[in-house]
Amino acid sequence: MDFLTHLINGISLGSIYAIIALGYTMVYGIAKMLNFAHGDVIMIGSYVVFITVSTMGFPTILGIVIAMAICTVLGMTIEKVAYSPLRNATPLAVLITAIGVSYLLQNIALLVFGANPKSFKSVVPFEPLVLADGQLVITGVSIVAIITGVIIMVALTLFVNKTKAGCAMKAVSEDRGAAQLMGINVNGTISMTFAIGSALAAIAGVLLCSAYPTLTPYTGSMPGIKAFTAAVFGGIGSIPGAMIGGLLLGIIEILGKAYISSQLADAIVFAVLIIVLLVKPTGILGKPINEKV
Amino acid sequence: MKKKIVSLVMAGLLVVSAISGCGGSGGSGSSAAAGSSAAAGSGAAAGGSTIKIGSIGPVTGAAALYGEAVKNGAQLAVDEINAAGGIGGSKIEFKFEDDEHDAEKSVNAYNTLKDWGMQILMGTVTTTPCIAVTEKTSADQMFQLTPSASSQDVIAKDNVFQVCFTDPNQGIASAKYIGTKKLATKVAVLYNSSDVYSKGIYEKFMEESKNQSGTYTVVAEEAFTDESKTDFSAQLNKFKSAGADLVFCPFYYEVAAVVLKQANEIKFTPTFFGVDGMDGILGVENFDTKLAENVVLLTPFVADAQDEKTQKFVAAYKKAYNNVTPIQFAADAYDAIYIIKEAAEKSGVKAGMKTDEICKLLKEAITGLSFDGLTGTGMKWSADGAVNKDPKAMVIKNGAYTAMD
Amino acid sequence: MLKNMKKSTRSNIITYAMVIVAYIVMQTLVSTGSVTNLIQGLLVPLCAYSILAVSLNLTVGILGELSLGHAGFMCVGAFVSAAFSKINATSIENDLLRFIIAIIIAAVCAGIVGILIGIPVLRLKGDYLAIVTLAFGEIIKNVMNVIYLGVDSKGIHFCITKASDLNMESDGKIIINGATGITGTPHSSNFTIGVILLLITLFIVLNLINSRSGRAIMAIRDNSIAAESIGIDLTKYKMLAFSISAMLAGVAGALYSHNLSTLAATSKNFGYNMSIMILVFVVLGGIGNIRGSIIAAIILTLLPELLRAVNDYRMLIYAILLIALMLFNSSPAGINFREKYGIGRLLHKNGPDLSETAGTQRAHHVEGAGKKGV
Repeated sequence: MDFLTHLINGISLGSIYAIIALGYTMVYGIAKMLNFAHGDVIMIGSYVVFITVSTMGFPTILGIVIAMAICTVLGMTIEKVAYSPLRNATPLAVLITAIGVSYLLQNIALLVFGANPKSFKSVVPFEPLVLADGQLVITGVSIVAIITGVIIMVALTLFVNKTKAGCAMKAVSEDRGAAQLMGINVNGTISMTFAIGSALAAIAGVLLCSAYPTLTPYTGSMPGIKAFTAAVFGGIGSIPGAMIGGLLLGIIEILGKAYISSQLADAIVFAVLIIVLLVKPTGILGKPINEKV
Repeated sequence: MKKKIVSLVMAGLLVVSAISGCGGSGGSGSSAAAGSSAAAGSGAAAGGSTIKIGSIGPVTGAAALYGEAVKNGAQLAVDEINAAGGIGGSKIEFKFEDDEHDAEKSVNAYNTLKDWGMQILMGTVTTTPCIAVTEKTSADQMFQLTPSASSQDVIAKDNVFQVCFTDPNQGIASAKYIGTKKLATKVAVLYNSSDVYSKGIYEKFMEESKNQSGTYTVVAEEAFTDESKTDFSAQLNKFKSAGADLVFCPFYYEVAAVVLKQANEIKFTPTFFGVDGMDGILGVENFDTKLAENVVLLTPFVADAQDEKTQKFVAAYKKAYNNVTPIQFAADAYDAIYIIKEAAEKSGVKAGMKTDEICKLLKEAITGLSFDGLTGTGMKWSADGAVNKDPKAMVIKNGAYTAMD
Repeated sequence: MLKNMKKSTRSNIITYAMVIVAYIVMQTLVSTGSVTNLIQGLLVPLCAYSILAVSLNLTVGILGELSLGHAGFMCVGAFVSAAFSKINATSIENDLLRFIIAIIIAAVCAGIVGILIGIPVLRLKGDYLAIVTLAFGEIIKNVMNVIYLGVDSKGIHFCITKASDLNMESDGKIIINGATGITGTPHSSNFTIGVILLLITLFIVLNLINSRSGRAIMAIRDNSIAAESIGIDLTKYKMLAFSISAMLAGVAGALYSHNLSTLAATSKNFGYNMSIMILVFVVLGGIGNIRGSIIAAIILTLLPELLRAVNDYRMLIYAILLIALMLFNSSPAGINFREKYGIGRLLHKNGPDLSETAGTQRAHHVEGAGKKGV
């Protein structure tokens, strides 16, 4: 019964990682860059929900929609101002710029919201599910996180495979130059990818802070790194890969904490990652890299 | 080739301008004095008619809330003292520098303050950086009073004194208290292994709890780190299956808020027993105070105590800083400034004295002091730097602190 | 005279000269007392960060592999050397001798860890390699956080649970106290030693680059298949560069740890934050450009300290400047602006673009004496 509890907690944490990882993976697939500021977009989204719902008293759904809208605009703005001028520079130059953006967002949040942590009221109104005489308790957030994760993955897969815009994204990620020659608006597609990724970040932020109810300007950075790891775990650029990677990471983290050492949980996660990559060098669902001379 | 030389010269100029630029910005007001004192080394004389008190702590980064509280609390005390005429007639100049909770940055901040002409250091806020800074203040013989760095390593040097308890005291007091009051039979301990404060209390608690085996046993102990302080589901579930009826929580309130909430979600309702770091939990914005019902804590300061001094401080603090309720760090810093004032007046410290003179005078004065402040009455210091004051046991009832006895 | 030398030699001499001149200028200024305490306190960290930047540039610029775990090697060096110094604080009287031994131990240990990590890591490619180095860096930091090490009359005790499990005699003293780390490391670092270490680092790296091995390493970077086809042993040369890079990071760690009396492995000083910070030095200074790395390390370390005047907005301005510098250095608009007003690249002549740098680096070797510079 203990094991089951830990497993469910792991799946719930993993679902949140997975949603964040989807944002990473999509941006990487299209723009070929690691968007280190993604974790901080999550943090901004959480603050927006905090202010609209807890302080201003808006209905939860409205708060989340506003957060998604603001994050979308934020994501597109960051892309326009900081990343798009570097479209032809090396990926590393863009990576460093992303780190700069990450510092910038953290420090803006610090100045605006202060360093005091805010207690985030769960946006999930359900009572926890109590089974087996109270031995197994599944929190409402866990259930919502898992369901949301599945819905988002299915929706994204359909979007990418069935719609015109989705196909454009796939084309740009295959070969940017060729896609442009075929009349695809590359800049617009990249912008749209950032918009979708950032909207997902807002959702992830709400779930993250509902499950782990503390909100500071640095809330997003560690989950950001973990989700990035999850994206690589599953094979970066692959949507189902991000989902699988996120889930596995969450489960390993919680089980490691419960059964091995709560202090070494992160080390265990990273050790498993290393082993997986050594066996399968491009992640679980990654495409093999063909090297040309 | 020419361009290369040009670029080299440019780079060189940048470095030079950076160094000289710093010299300029470092000493606003009394730059001449600061400049010459740098050469003179430890015998820095600030000159002028003010007493310069510096402070260091994290105001950016994950530990920023502690630094901010100290900064605000100290500023409040400084403003009050200056409005009332200063220390023995000389006004206080106060400057706070950020150290991001990093030892190296803390030393940088200390050097910056030295360039500014600091005579007394009220800091640093967090333990690990504080130990690095004590090495410097000891070499310079500068008086240092830390409001909140609680490890015993901090006061190893003879010029360093504390306002807060040392960690071992609290651990032993808590273990005894749980035993004598028979609060529990099965105790679980959760602590932050990357925090000196939390770990220090935990270690002493475990030692002392062995002597309490008649009334309770420790059934589970779990740790977390600064990087994993958002998810406690694994630890709490373990406590729950171990059947713990009391959880000892030697860590800060913002983490405790998360622990309480997650425990409630899995229907785990033991008594939570905290230490002074737990104070502030009722002030966490948007925190459901119902969750903190029946939490017990040993603390020297509570923000809604009914005495006049505390109420005056809390009201002034809220007015000055956006209606934020002060936490214990702010109260410690507020006390620290007043302790410096009292010791300085007693020993006749004057503006314009050298730092090592001031240090000598204050060292003597503080050990003879009996100070009544926000965080304790009749506070006394021994020459080793530790403070002697009593923690009070508080329990949260109906969203407010009530004395336990 | 300079003109008649090989271009690479000339460039190297300029690099050494820059460090030596900076050292002499700073020492003169310090002795005349015209340097602020802040700058005096920063001299040793600046050397440490310069060494880190140069050593990472060997991996990123010369070997061409992105490493996000460089701080891990620094962490190993810092902890091993600090523990050694603390254990032998009384048994080795001579401060300098003890520090030199500590540095050598740090270098050897970090080098060994570098080899151990290099074996699996260097089989991977690109971003996957980067993430695995990040993972190793985090593992090193996490493991350091649970190590307890004590010394008593019976010898050295070690455990990974808690200090009381060390079971030491009453005369025991704890050297590494888990996540609290090491306190009371002797203060052995100084600016002179820092500069000497930096010069040794430069000597090792610059000589490696201009040697047969260095050319082999760069051949692997530019095209590994072609390099393999002409008989270059990929594993050997990759490991060579990677382990030297790790070793030098270990030296920087020793320098860092002996400058502060406390040492704790947090993500700020030994985690991914630091690894990324070092990477920022390298990228901003120009990938493959050793001199640029040093200059960038110095500027970016000084910047947040100089911004203390603006207090609350310090880190905000730092972030904005970082973005602005990257845009100015790498975006087409920035490059146009510079060309229009005739300003050279801010820190370096070589572009941060890998292929471009590679081209210039190759040119360094083929260009004969007397050829005009760019």
